[in-house]
Amino acid sequence: MNRGTVIEFHLEARSGVAPYLQLIHQVRQALRIGLLSEGDQLPTVKDVVGRLVINPNTVLKAYRELEYQGLVTARPGIGTFVTGTLGEGSLAALGPLRRELRRWLGKARRSGLDDESIEALFLTTFRTSAEDVEGTGRWAG
Amino acid sequence: MIWLTWRQFRAQAVVASGALALLAVAFAVTGPQLVHLYDTTVATCRAQHNCSIAINAFQGEDNFLQNLTRLVMVAGPALIGMFWGAPLIAHEVEVGTHRLAWTQSVTRLRWLTVKLGLAGLASMAAAGLLSLMVTWWSSPLDRVGAGWLAPSVFIDRGIVPVGYSAFAFALGVTAGLLIHHTVPAMAVTLAVFAAVETGFALKVRFHLMPPVRLVSALNMGWVTETGTGGLAGHTSFFVGITPNLPGAWISTSEVTTAAGSTYLGPVPHGCGANYTYSACAAVIARMHLRQVVVYQPASRFWTFQWYETAIYLALAVVLAGFCVWWVRRRVS
Amino acid sequence: MTAVLKAQGLGKRYRRRWALSDCTLDIPAGQVVGLVGPNGAGKTTLLHLAIGLLQPTTGQIEVLGDRPPANPAQLARVGFVAQNAPTYGGLTVAEHLRLGAHLNPGWDAVMARDRIERLGLEPRQRVGKLSVGQRAQLALTLAIAKKPELLILDEPVASLDPLARRDFLQGLMEAVVDQGISVVLSSHLVADLERVCDYLIVLVGSRVQIAGQVEHLLSTHHLLTGPRRDPARLPEDQHVISASHTDRQTTLTVRTEGPIHDPAWTVSKIDLEDLVLAYMSRPADAGRRPALEVQR
Repeated sequence: MNRGTVIEFHLEARSGVAPYLQLIHQVRQALRIGLLSEGDQLPTVKDVVGRLVINPNTVLKAYRELEYQGLVTARPGIGTFVTGTLGEGSLAALGPLRRELRRWLGKARRSGLDDESIEALFLTTFRTSAEDVEGTGRWAG
Repeated sequence: MIWLTWRQFRAQAVVASGALALLAVAFAVTGPQLVHLYDTTVATCRAQHNCSIAINAFQGEDNFLQNLTRLVMVAGPALIGMFWGAPLIAHEVEVGTHRLAWTQSVTRLRWLTVKLGLAGLASMAAAGLLSLMVTWWSSPLDRVGAGWLAPSVFIDRGIVPVGYSAFAFALGVTAGLLIHHTVPAMAVTLAVFAAVETGFALKVRFHLMPPVRLVSALNMGWVTETGTGGLAGHTSFFVGITPNLPGAWISTSEVTTAAGSTYLGPVPHGCGANYTYSACAAVIARMHLRQVVVYQPASRFWTFQWYETAIYLALAVVLAGFCVWWVRRRVS
Repeated sequence: MTAVLKAQGLGKRYRRRWALSDCTLDIPAGQVVGLVGPNGAGKTTLLHLAIGLLQPTTGQIEVLGDRPPANPAQLARVGFVAQNAPTYGGLTVAEHLRLGAHLNPGWDAVMARDRIERLGLEPRQRVGKLSVGQRAQLALTLAIAKKPELLILDEPVASLDPLARRDFLQGLMEAVVDQGISVVLSSHLVADLERVCDYLIVLVGSRVQIAGQVEHLLSTHHLLTGPRRDPARLPEDQHVISASHTDRQTTLTVRTEGPIHDPAWTVSKIDLEDLVLAYMSRPADAGRRPALEVQR
């Protein structure tokens, strides 16, 4: 079944994140939530450039990096196709994780935290544990 | 490049063609009538002893067209310089399109030489065609006129209009190239062209060839007037002649003494207030006076035409060469 | 990697004033280069020198290996759109394409016609009646359809409304993908260039202030805030681009290749617009030499 191009990119101009990183991030995100799967074609460089009006080298760089990460393969003259998957967690794990997260959010709100505090709490904890992961290679619960 | 030059020149070519066509029609309609009128009135005037009347009447025929023709011949080259020459480069630089034209894949040299060549040739062709038409139409009038060497007629005949147009065109292009704005360039072109043409006609043309100097005994048939004049205490007497040299361009004509100096008097016995003209004439005839006439004979008309045309064409070529040199180095 | 534009001590003087001085550049191929600076800084002069409309007063410039305008072959390899996209108002769109075909040996008539059609331009329309954006697109078409290796555009979007601007840059980027052209475009607004350029040259006061890959520029320039301090006392390898002080606080824009160790400073990233502004607000300093990207 020919599914054509499945995702459309968008750019946040003032986010401080380099455009090519944003593109990579969006592809990885799409892979995670199942929007992209193996065999899907990424938009051609010309399509992306036409839609976002950005430098073609930006798109090329993002696609090269994704290829280096083993997630896509470029087929010259045809396009760039998804050939890998992301992470050990499968789609199946997403459901329970989402429910658990909802429960935690409920608890946080009931204890009086506002949205900003919840976000700050989550982000700082996320960042420090990411550093721990780098150090130990495991999620230190 | 040829297509582009033609496309940009198209409007001007259409206007010129239209004007030439209108004039051609006017000439074609009135020309044969003029010839007919000449054949019936002037050619036979001697037999009828009314030549001066017939000639006068004939010369007044189609007066409007005659004046229009003179105007067109004088203004034509100037207009070519102003409307074909001045905008050639000036308009492009003024509007900025030279930055489009010079960044395609043709060099400035090619761009300019094609434009100069085509429009220049068109100028010369238009002038040549115009001159041909005017010379043909005017031929009956010229037979009774002042002759082709006369300054007012010379510029309207033959090949000099081609030279003038080429020069005016090149002048216009140069002005536009140096001034970068069309309207001031047009004004400068007009002024310089008028100055050059006037200066040339007044100062240079007569001396293109050494004139003929006729020195001989006074021809009484040429004497047309006598008169007295007075400076304080002295009374001078002069004799005036009108040489009968058909079609010649006379620079000076005077009556001299036997020694060669201008004859100034004194008043001879037999001339003056109390004497008749014929008595005075008889007295003068016995005085061994001489005449000196400096002139260019009518037969030199074509020589003068070639010389003058060559000079104007040479000027045009020099200006064109300057433009080609300047445009490659000095314009952005 | 071949350089698409090389300049060495390039300068141009008009009577007394130096419109461009001491310009040294080495721009690699395959980039979209942004030339940014305030009005009158010399951007047009530099571009006109690159395309051969001007001759240098001092120094030299080489474009695609030749000194411009070397010959018709070199002219054919470079496409140019001057400021305000000059076109012949009395000619139609189709006649402009014909002009391109007659004056350029490498003209791609099919591509030109396709592009005109996609842009919605009526071939028989007189160009004088088109909008500014349409004329800019036509001028770009003329420059692209001659199949150049390098495209030079002088303030191409300055007088365009936001939609026309986007359309123009979109068409330009698509042409870059299709033909692999290198592009040099100038603007006095950084916002126009940010998304499309991967190489930046900042030109202020007729001098090149900085030139380099955008990514590298962004990673080597930082905003430092901290207690009030004399900028001259910073380490040698940290070059202060601009400085502002209050009674108690100093804010510096700094360029440095290495990390910043001093804990007194709060280091934050800088975006391209602020980077350019910092260079534009630098006082004219004749002794300062521009910082150039090292050719890899």
